[in-house]
Amino acid sequence: MIEYIRKHPEKVLGALTEHIELVLITLVISLAIACLLTLLAMRSERVSDALNNLFSVLYSVPSLALFALLIPVTGLGRTTAVIVLTLYNQYILLRSFTAGLRDVDPAVCEAAKGIGMTDMQILTKIRVPLARRAIFAGIRLAVVSTIGIGTIAASINAGGLGTLLFEGLRTINTPKILWGSVLSALLAVSINKLLKMVENRL
Amino acid sequence: MSVIQYENVCKKFAGSSKYAVDHVSAEIESGEFITILGSSGCGKTTLLKLTNRLYDPDDGKIIVEGVDIKTVDPVELRRRLGYVIQQVGLFPHMTIKENITVIPSLMKWDKRRMDERADELLKLVGLEPAEFRDRYPHQLSGGQQQRIGLARALVLDPDIMLLDEPFGAIDAITRLNLQNELLRIQGSLGKTILFVTHDINEAFKMGNRVMVMNEGRLLQFDTPREIVQNPADAFVKSLIDSARTQEKFWEGAL
Repeated sequence: MIEYIRKHPEKVLGALTEHIELVLITLVISLAIACLLTLLAMRSERVSDALNNLFSVLYSVPSLALFALLIPVTGLGRTTAVIVLTLYNQYILLRSFTAGLRDVDPAVCEAAKGIGMTDMQILTKIRVPLARRAIFAGIRLAVVSTIGIGTIAASINAGGLGTLLFEGLRTINTPKILWGSVLSALLAVSINKLLKMVENRL
Repeated sequence: MSVIQYENVCKKFAGSSKYAVDHVSAEIESGEFITILGSSGCGKTTLLKLTNRLYDPDDGKIIVEGVDIKTVDPVELRRRLGYVIQQVGLFPHMTIKENITVIPSLMKWDKRRMDERADELLKLVGLEPAEFRDRYPHQLSGGQQQRIGLARALVLDPDIMLLDEPFGAIDAITRLNLQNELLRIQGSLGKTILFVTHDINEAFKMGNRVMVMNEGRLLQFDTPREIVQNPADAFVKSLIDSARTQEKFWEGAL
């Protein structure tokens, strides 16, 4: 294992960087979309239910199947991976965002409305700050799940740590398999730990 | 001149066959302390919430300071009417000062003006500014929290205050203090107050006139003395009798 990284440090590090890139790009796009969808969902219970149902169906489709389904449309590569990972994230993010925002003490929101705050002000000044932990927990889960499912994205040439894994499996190269799996597991566990620490301080 | 007029106001909630507020008409003069008395579900809170457009009536109209409130932006209307609820609803993530000045800060008052206003209001509600302004709501007792609720509702110096059972969840001794302070504040500031309560003693003590409500209807709207001497119907009479029975208990007559 050590010998392998001595010989091919650029390969291991490259895969790790690619993986982190994939996660970050997915996270930024996921958050932007989730914020918009949350605004819609907060306006009406019906929209909220419809969106939750839609994404829970998508979430239950196995990732490999979803990748395969999208290949004819968006082709092989990172774009397809980002789309699929973003779709999965919507389920996690939307649910935790709306649940957190709705969970805020109704008396607090009623008081806010009664003293003359607009719906938007109640959302940004009251609900979001009070739901910050639920919101952050959703983001943490989404990041960890993206790191995990992201390894499978290598099967459609999206790069990342999955590449090492799949190559290793194909050529029965144990060091490669180990580097791919250990690093992706380590990445997920440590990022989860780190974000959990931040979350506890909120 | 009447400052609030209810004209045949009706409100029915979706899925209910009965009116929550049933053809209520009343006029309130400037500077009055009106208590709205009734048991839970009688429509007293609904009537209050119709006044600041937390609900809109199905029929009839409400005129505040000469203007039909249907034509007024609800947010603008609510900023002109102080509002206090039983659960207080202070913002747990904000300090006491921030709680009091939340609307002024949205209106971009400058910081000094907000600091001064917060201190002024803390003194008015009987709390030492230096001690309380930077605390958080959870560090205050229930009675102190409701004082802040009152200060927050007074921040824009509204001429009219709507109070929904503000002392309902507060112990008897603290409630007595708060009642007296509210009367003192009203006396010195000359506000028009609408005060919802289910407690007949509180209603008769605080109100110069009392609205007695049952099942959405306004049964009687008069001074406490007049209501006691000439109850409008059997329900009002039974309400007074129940209070008298309680009184006898203290006299040892039961």
